[in-house]
Amino acid sequence: MTSHVSRLRTEAETALDAQFATLDAKGARADAFAAFQAKGLPSRRDEAWHYTDLRAALKHAAPLARAPDAARLQRAGAELEALPRMGSTRLVLVDGHYAPSLSDRAPPGVNFVLAEATPQAGDALLALNTAFAPAALGVEIAAESGAVALDIVHLDGPGAIYARVALSAPKGAQVSVFERFEGATTQTQRNVVAVIDLAEGAACDWTTLVADAAALHLEAPVARLAAGARFTNFALVCGPALARRQIDASHSGPGAKIALNGLSLIDGARHADTTLSVRHSAPHGTSREFFRHIVFDEGVGVYQGKVIVDPYAQKTDGGMKSQALLLSPNAQMNNKPELEIFADDVVCGHGATVAALDPEQVFYLQARGIRRADAEAMLLEAFGIEAIERVADEGVREVLNERLREWLKGRAA
Amino acid sequence: MMLEVKNLSVSIHDQPILVGLNLKVEPGQVAAIMGPNGSGKSTLSYVIAGKPDYEVTGGEILFDGENLLDLPPNERAAKGVFLAFQYPVEIPGVATMTFLKASLNAQRRARGEADLTTPDFMRQVKAAAQSLKVEPDMLKRPVNVGFSGGEKKRVEILQMALLQPRLCVLDETDSGLDIDALRIVSEGVNALRDAGRSFLVITHYQRLLDHIKPDVVHVMSKGRIVKTGGADLALELERNGYRDYSEAAA
Repeated sequence: MTSHVSRLRTEAETALDAQFATLDAKGARADAFAAFQAKGLPSRRDEAWHYTDLRAALKHAAPLARAPDAARLQRAGAELEALPRMGSTRLVLVDGHYAPSLSDRAPPGVNFVLAEATPQAGDALLALNTAFAPAALGVEIAAESGAVALDIVHLDGPGAIYARVALSAPKGAQVSVFERFEGATTQTQRNVVAVIDLAEGAACDWTTLVADAAALHLEAPVARLAAGARFTNFALVCGPALARRQIDASHSGPGAKIALNGLSLIDGARHADTTLSVRHSAPHGTSREFFRHIVFDEGVGVYQGKVIVDPYAQKTDGGMKSQALLLSPNAQMNNKPELEIFADDVVCGHGATVAALDPEQVFYLQARGIRRADAEAMLLEAFGIEAIERVADEGVREVLNERLREWLKGRAA
Repeated sequence: MMLEVKNLSVSIHDQPILVGLNLKVEPGQVAAIMGPNGSGKSTLSYVIAGKPDYEVTGGEILFDGENLLDLPPNERAAKGVFLAFQYPVEIPGVATMTFLKASLNAQRRARGEADLTTPDFMRQVKAAAQSLKVEPDMLKRPVNVGFSGGEKKRVEILQMALLQPRLCVLDETDSGLDIDALRIVSEGVNALRDAGRSFLVITHYQRLLDHIKPDVVHVMSKGRIVKTGGADLALELERNGYRDYSEAAA
């Protein structure tokens, strides 16, 4: 006898069904939603989501945010003024929709285009994004356009917000991106996918700041590198109640370099998950992952890093580190580094540590007159700054350092 | 009396280390404490500075008549107690300059004084660094990270010179120093000697006391002071070793 047990649909899943029905979508969107429906929201039974049980955490699905009207855009414009510009060209998305009236014109050699999102193979996060995201904002860079510096701002209000950005850089292009998520409240559920295609020898430095108070921040950067391309990402995550960044980076041509770095500041009942997969499919690739986590209170940190070295990817050089400081008895860190190596001539290593502040260091500072709380803050700042040091741009580093200091000060207050 | 340790008993993990130790240090005095390994010298220095791992099971440590045991380490420091560590701690990510400034200003604030201005601070650091032959570039590096043994000890004395404490506890400051470094460090210490500042110099060897001449030498064994004498007591120890005193304490 065979038995078929159908999953009980959660309230959030039922609401997502209803929301999708209102879109009357067909084609790739309908296929993606069907793929989502087949499995539903991921839970601890899904290995990749074991430490972040989205099915349990998502009690209800927030109503879909509408495309911004004139009043919303005006408010967004006012909010933007408070944000210092981090690149020469600013791109603004309001509630997931590209807002040309608030954005700069594309610099010479660059095109901003809106296009239907191409489906991305993957899990529920990507499927939902394909099903629901408004037209993707495409950044197309022409050959020999010189260095491009983008300041991408997501200004999000309450509701379910889906956004898709697609950047393609031609051979030899130099791109830097500072992407920040702002404005979200505890009523915001966000799902963002960035697809980054780097042609031969192209280089992209991408910094991500996730510091607003979203209830849910789901983010999936997908980076595909050709031969000799370089992709560097750094993310500071310190605001959302539940954040999951799932990074998928792969290179199909030889000699590519991937560096994924980040710092998560987790307190209260917050939960911050960094899950990444780096795939070396060609020889002579380099990958470095360096993540630090500071966890207070009942906070939960998750780091899952998987590096896959395919059989032909000889001479791969990989190194992964995840280091956490737990500062409260109930603070939690889940570290899961994984190497899957199918080539025989590679150098790959990983390390994961979980520790408390070193009492010898605290005492040394105190013995010089520094109060205990200040000594601890100094050590935490130092721990964070060592992660931020991986960002090449000094101006960006200073913005991130300042965020770190503010966060520590906020805790001390 | 600047420092008066009265009947101090200290344990670590239920193991008694100091057993009814008595010690007095007068203002302006340089007191050496000598003794064999395991006699409790470093424990005494840590307990004076306020290291948390030690359990004080009896007695008190009076500094200007106030019991230091009631104060956290930072308040002891602000009152003028300084420990030059035997093993200065490495603090990655904190630039030495930042640390020096934070220490100095924390102590000033605790005493109700205003923060030092940056130019004043820089002037003081530069002068201290020069006299202790500390390269200015070293101070841009993280605290004690990648410093040689001698550099670490020089930076300890530099901190002492900047913070201007009234009681300086030097815990085996001579360990790991070559002859030149020993001379530089000793000159740094001697430059700070004055009528209002006392030193507790903890060492195994007479060698350091050739450079820093003590007013009084205490011999410590098995957790208490077993003999007190003049500078010549150190020479006697150098000749005869600690054997006699191990028995005296038993």
